[in-house]
Amino acid sequence: MFLNQFLFFAAILFSIGVYGVLTRKNGVLVLMSVELILNAVNINLVAFGAYKSDLSGQIFALFTIAVAAAEVGVGLAIVLLIYRNRRSIDISDSNMLKG
Amino acid sequence: MMALFSDHFLVQQSQQLSETGEWIANGFFYIIATVAVLAALKMVTTKNVVHAALYLLVVLGCVAATYIILGAEFAAATQIMVYLGAIMVLLLFGVMLTRAKIGNDTELDYDQRWIGALVSVSMLAVLSYSLFEYFEGATMPKNQKPQRTEEIALEIFSTYIVPFEALSVLLLAALIGAVVVARKD
Repeated sequence: MFLNQFLFFAAILFSIGVYGVLTRKNGVLVLMSVELILNAVNINLVAFGAYKSDLSGQIFALFTIAVAAAEVGVGLAIVLLIYRNRRSIDISDSNMLKG
Repeated sequence: MMALFSDHFLVQQSQQLSETGEWIANGFFYIIATVAVLAALKMVTTKNVVHAALYLLVVLGCVAATYIILGAEFAAATQIMVYLGAIMVLLLFGVMLTRAKIGNDTELDYDQRWIGALVSVSMLAVLSYSLFEYFEGATMPKNQKPQRTEEIALEIFSTYIVPFEALSVLLLAALIGAVVVARKD
C-alpha cells in the first residue's frame, strides 16, 4: 500500500468539500461540507500516523473530531438564530454588513 | 533439521499471508474510496437537503472504514460514535428546525457553480502535484500492527494531557455558548 493513495483520497474529499462550501446557499449544507473538509484532514493525520508508526497522528485525529463536534454545535446554534431572525437560512441573504 | 525446515516454512507462509492481506486491504480501500468520492459528489450536488445528510453519512462511514484499513481502531470507533451518531443527528435536527424544504429544492446552489468547480479543481491540481512531488513511492510499513487503544490512552493521559484538558474546556465552552446563542428569550 502506498501512502499517496490515502493522501489522494483525502485531497479529493477536501476539494469536493471546498466546492460544497463555495456553491451551497443553505446554511446547514455549508456546515455539512465543512464536515467533509475536516474528515479529509483526519484521513491525512491517521495515514501519516500509520506511515511513521506513531500514535500522535491518531491522537490528533481524535482531537480534531472533538473540535468538529464543538464547531457543529456552535454553527447550528448560529444557523438557528439566523433562521429565527430572518425566516430563512439562505446565506446569500445575510448581507447586512454590506455598506 | 526438521525444526529449521518448519521455521522456514512458517516464515514463508506468514509472508505469503501478509502479502495476500495487503492485496485484500488494497482492494477494499479502492472500493471504499470510490464509494466515498461518489457519495461526496452526490452530497454537494443533490437538490434534497435530507438526501445530502444521508450521503454525508455514507462518506463518514467510508472514512471510518479507511481508519480500520490504516489500523486506527479507536479513531474508527470514535468516528462512528461521534460523527455517524451525534453530529448526523445534530445536522438532521438543524434541517428539521430550520424547516428546509424537504424534497426537490432548486434554491440550494448559487448560479455561479462553475467558479466553485474551477476553484476546487485547481486546488485538487495543486494538491496532487505536491503529493506526487514529495510522497511518490512512499509505501506504508509492512506487517503493520494496529495501534491499540491501550497505547493511545496511555499516550493521551501522559504526553498529551494538557491539550486534552484544554480540549475539554473548549468543548464545554462551545456547548454552553451554543445553548446561550440558540436560547429563546
